[in-house]
Amino acid sequence: MTASLEWGLLAPEFLLAGWAAFIILIELFWGGLGKERLGWLAALGAVAAGGLSLIWVDDATQFGELADINDYTTLFRVFFCGIGATICVLSARYVSDRLLHPGEYYALILLAVVGANGMAAAHELLTAYISLELLSFSLYVLTAYAKFDLRSNEAGLKYMLLGAFSSAFFLYGIGLIYGATGSTQYAEIGEVLSGDTSDIEWGMYLGLAMMIGGLGFKVAAVPFHMYTPDAYEGAPIPITALISSLSKAAGFAFFLKLFAVAFLPLIDDWRYFIAGLSVATMAVGNLVAIQQRNIKRLLAYSSIGQVGYLLLGIAALSQDAASALVLHMIGYAVTNLAAFTCVILYYNWTGKEEIEEYKGLADRAPYLALGLTIALFSLAGMPLFAGFTTKFILFQAAAEQDLLWLAGVAAFFSFVSLYYYLIVIREMYLGEPEEKTRFPTPWLGYTALTALIAGVFLMGLYPKPVFDIVEDGTNTIFVSEELDGGEDLVGVP
Amino acid sequence: MEYVLLALILIPLGVCPLFMLIPSRYPQLSRYLAALAGGALFALSLLVFIVYQFDAGAGLGTGLRYELQWDWLENIGFLGENGITFYLGVDGIGAPLVLLNGVAIFAAVFVSWNITHRTKDFFVLLFLLVSGVYGVFISQDLFFFFFWYEVAVLPMYLLIAVWGASSQFGTFSRTKEYGAMKLTLMLVGGSVLIFIGIFALFVEAGAGTFDMVVLREQALDEDFQKWVFPLFMVGFGVLAGMWPLHTWSPDGHVAAPTGVSMLHAGVLMKLGAFGILRVGMTLLPEGAEFWAPVLMVLGVTGAVYGSVSALAQTDLKYMVGYSSVSHMGFVLMGLASMTQIGVNGAVLQMFAHGVMTALMFTNVGAIYDQAHVRDMTQFGGIAKRMPRHSAFFAIAGLSSLGLPGLAGFVAEFHIFVGVFRAGYWWAGGLGILSAAITATYVLRMLSRAYFGPLNEKWADLKEMRLGEQFAAVLLIAMILFMGLWPAPFIDRISDTVEMIPGITG
Repeated sequence: MTASLEWGLLAPEFLLAGWAAFIILIELFWGGLGKERLGWLAALGAVAAGGLSLIWVDDATQFGELADINDYTTLFRVFFCGIGATICVLSARYVSDRLLHPGEYYALILLAVVGANGMAAAHELLTAYISLELLSFSLYVLTAYAKFDLRSNEAGLKYMLLGAFSSAFFLYGIGLIYGATGSTQYAEIGEVLSGDTSDIEWGMYLGLAMMIGGLGFKVAAVPFHMYTPDAYEGAPIPITALISSLSKAAGFAFFLKLFAVAFLPLIDDWRYFIAGLSVATMAVGNLVAIQQRNIKRLLAYSSIGQVGYLLLGIAALSQDAASALVLHMIGYAVTNLAAFTCVILYYNWTGKEEIEEYKGLADRAPYLALGLTIALFSLAGMPLFAGFTTKFILFQAAAEQDLLWLAGVAAFFSFVSLYYYLIVIREMYLGEPEEKTRFPTPWLGYTALTALIAGVFLMGLYPKPVFDIVEDGTNTIFVSEELDGGEDLVGVP
Repeated sequence: MEYVLLALILIPLGVCPLFMLIPSRYPQLSRYLAALAGGALFALSLLVFIVYQFDAGAGLGTGLRYELQWDWLENIGFLGENGITFYLGVDGIGAPLVLLNGVAIFAAVFVSWNITHRTKDFFVLLFLLVSGVYGVFISQDLFFFFFWYEVAVLPMYLLIAVWGASSQFGTFSRTKEYGAMKLTLMLVGGSVLIFIGIFALFVEAGAGTFDMVVLREQALDEDFQKWVFPLFMVGFGVLAGMWPLHTWSPDGHVAAPTGVSMLHAGVLMKLGAFGILRVGMTLLPEGAEFWAPVLMVLGVTGAVYGSVSALAQTDLKYMVGYSSVSHMGFVLMGLASMTQIGVNGAVLQMFAHGVMTALMFTNVGAIYDQAHVRDMTQFGGIAKRMPRHSAFFAIAGLSSLGLPGLAGFVAEFHIFVGVFRAGYWWAGGLGILSAAITATYVLRMLSRAYFGPLNEKWADLKEMRLGEQFAAVLLIAMILFMGLWPAPFIDRISDTVEMIPGITG
């Protein structure tokens, strides 16, 4: 770190953080703006930050030795800012109806995006850790944001205690790995591990296991998923959407980069461990989801199931699998946000979130029912929608790496998931509504829903543009390995 | 012409948003639009079927014509130069099945004319189903083959659960939700096996492409073929109503509304048999040869079991449902014979069964709409009140039992010759027994419900609706066409079947 730092490289993060402060001040000094408009203003900041990060398209530089600014980072910056902006828009009505202190609420969402960006950009473990904590702390507070709701308080506390515990493990893991390899930089760890590994101490493996545990907590992999259903159920719904999309995506952005750059040489040691986690996660997520009666808990377990599919990409780690993983993650995030949009809009009208309370929705709000049906079919992996195409590519990538059995297990659980999604669809289309009146049309909400559904169709029918961008991104984490003079690990056949 | 194939997929997909734009207070407008789209599809399907024969030359070694290949995803990751392409083309097996689908949807629109609950939503899902079926018949890329296969299954749950009917049987009941869920889960469960099979096939072939024309040229390891073929056989077999995985079929078909039963039993079940032929036997000939005896046993069992079960039914719709299982058993027997004439017969049977079962469901629907009963023992002498309906039903039944001059005979004759020629004399014998049982239940049903003295309870029944009559006439035209002049069908089919590896003369 001899050269002076180029602070400009972090402009999107500065913009987000500054905008967060700005939002708080706006709320303080210009109360007349209204709670809803505050949300749109926050979304504007996130969109601006996403736009700003496009400056570094096709660029490959570093911020000190702390963060990479390359296509991988840009991809995730845009993706995370997009998620943040969407959540802000979806929150507008919900927050103004039900929560206090909207300024801080939106500020925390923007700070969570800063943390997520940092996780994707990090060049070494401590930066990643600090970013992860920034993301986590924002989410702890947001989960407990419904101050007078006991469930929300309980969820926040549970999430924070378990989160702190897992962070401690993670940090200890970093320490052990530093001890074994003498570095916290991904690339240097990778170099040490790709050399002679006979004198690497067992502490290294312990550290690796601890890191997997910490990351597993972040992405909610079984058996580190215990907090998920309660946190999801208790949190304000837009925050549930945020946890299930942003937090998981950031976790995987970090997971993928770390394992591709640093731990790929040891893949034979951890592959089956991750594969086992993947199977457990798919099984628990999808089987327990069948039992759920609350739509938030259902989506929580279904998102655990989705994490199982994503872990398959890590177990089959290669550039193909990495691209497929990121593609599926983007498809999942878009689909999941579409599903949550519907849940939020319905909650805004009725304050209800039990699955049986969705009965007759198709009569009262046909467009909303259609949107939710499309989102659920996409999550179940039915064609025309994102889920089918991205799952197909992801499972095929795993099969390419001699993990055909794992792809088969994933295909099986994907089939199991169809059952519980159909139950929701059944309520909406077959149940008799208690009242016949139509709901008023929420134009902004429907616009957001339409945009997300369009994304679901785009990724289902023609994923090539997105896939090309993803491929550019994953190129950087795999090719850098080659440039550093390590073994040629690109596209392990 | 290749754009006609594209239109076959795009028309049904394209009308879906149009239906949604029609306000729900104008259901009649949706019906006209459906009739228009159905008519267009029928005309184009007929065009494809007719023109196919006169366009010789193209499609060396595969029988494929009117190919259209667009890049979709290539040079990315494990996908090579060709990768996944949007690849359409029709061969001699696809051509009659395309025609079948065109006939079925056109007829189904008229039969569904009396749908009053959420009319436009019904047609959206129905046309979505049709686009999937066309997609399977004309896709030459394995990815898209599977893609459309799943599209065809996608709308089934809602079609049955929303517009279907539950059945009461005194001591127990079969609700429409039950039928819909059973059907959906069994079919999607079957596709899990297909999913795995496709992954394994792609990796083993190592050609970096899902193009089936390229894949069939890859010499695959024999052991590999032996373990992957059953995945396709069972996976597609579920949809083909293969015993013992046929149980979704009677329950699902009975619960479904008439128009959906017509398409489902008439066309969708053929996707299963078509999948075994197109993916299983064409890409994995040695695996198919190894497993053919098993497929033969399952096919024969299905044929006999289906017809015996149909014999036991008094519910008209369940009888038709089980007769479908029995007839699909014949299709599997034809495929399992691995002889040219047997496989020809299997494809002929797909067409023949498609039209006659659609006709049967039309008739059952017509009587149920008025009587709200489907128990044949409660009827009697209906022919005096509904002469045309009775005649149509009789023709369907006679075709089903294999009366010469009607479609069923041509198909079954080919199949039995093929089965005997392949040396499965016992299977051929049991198959003929099954055809005899078919004659028993069909004739018994006709005598009980339609002929004899009129049961006064039904004195005020009216003739079936004109739309239904039109649909029935259309379907009967196809039955007679194939029954009296099978040559156009056989010419098209046998040219292509010849080129499938592993098929003996």
